[in-house]
Amino acid sequence: MNQSAVVARAFARTAAELLVTGGVVVLLFAAYVVVWSDVQTAAAQVELRDDFKSQAQSADAPAPGTTATPEPLAVPPGDAMAVMRIPRLGDDWSWVVVEGVSDEQLNRGPGHFPETALPGQIGNFAVAGHRATHGEPFAHLDRMAPGDEIVVESIGVTYTYVVDTTEIVTPSDVGVLLPVPGKPDKASRKARITLVTCNPRWGSSERLIVHGHLTETVIGSEV
Amino acid sequence: MYAALWRVLPGPTAVKLVLAGALFLGVVAILFLVVFPEIEPLLPFDQITLEPEPTTSSAVG
Repeated sequence: MNQSAVVARAFARTAAELLVTGGVVVLLFAAYVVVWSDVQTAAAQVELRDDFKSQAQSADAPAPGTTATPEPLAVPPGDAMAVMRIPRLGDDWSWVVVEGVSDEQLNRGPGHFPETALPGQIGNFAVAGHRATHGEPFAHLDRMAPGDEIVVESIGVTYTYVVDTTEIVTPSDVGVLLPVPGKPDKASRKARITLVTCNPRWGSSERLIVHGHLTETVIGSEV
Repeated sequence: MYAALWRVLPGPTAVKLVLAGALFLGVVAILFLVVFPEIEPLLPFDQITLEPEPTTSSAVG
C-alpha cells in the first residue's frame, strides 16, 4: 500500500468517526428534548407543590363562616402562585403555576404573565404553558370547548372559571392579554382567564388562546 | 481519532474500558447540563408566549 492510500484511509476513518459522533449527539439532543426536559419539569413541579402547600399551611386559615375572600397575593418571579386543574385535560391534570413567563420559569410549569391580573381579580389572569416538551402541560389545550371548567386554587380560595371562546392568533397579538381581550380602551368589570400556548403543537407560527370568565369563588382550597 | 484516544488511555484493557466509559459520561453530562440548555431556546417548542412586533425588542420570550 502506498503512502497516499494510507493517508486517504486515515482521512476517511476520521471523517466517519466524526459523522457517527455527530449522529450520536443529535440522538442525545432528541432524548434531552423529549425525555429529559419532562423529567426536569416533573422534579420542579414536585418542589413547587411542596412550596405551595407550605405557603397554604402557613397562611392564616379563614375563620369558620367567614365570607371575605382572602387578598390575592403577589409572589416573587419563579415561585409557585396557584394550582390549576382542568378536568377536560384529565382527572389528574393538575399543575402548579409559576410567576413569570421567561424560558426558565416556563420550564418549571405554566407561567403567569406578570403584568396581568392575579387569580380571581377583576381583569385578565393570563397563563402561558408548553404544548410540547417540558412536561407539556397544555399539550391538548385544543380540546377545550366553551363551558369547560378551569379551576384555580390560590392560597385559601378556589376560583372556577368557565371557558367562553378559543381562538388561534399570531404570535404578536398581545391584545388577547388585555383586561378585556382585544379591546384596549375598555375597562374591565369581569374577572377573566386566558390560557396561551403554541400552535401547531410542535411549531410556533401561531398561538392557541383559550378565554374564560370567573363563575365561582369558594373560600378554602383542597391543596 | 478514537483509535488514538484508546492508545493514549493508560493501563490494561479493563482500565481503559472504565476510563473510556467515564470520558463518555463526562461528555454526555456537559452536553446535557451546558450545551443542550443553551441551544434549546432556538427550537420552536419554547416559543409559547406573546410578544409585540419586534419594533420594541423587549420580548417576553
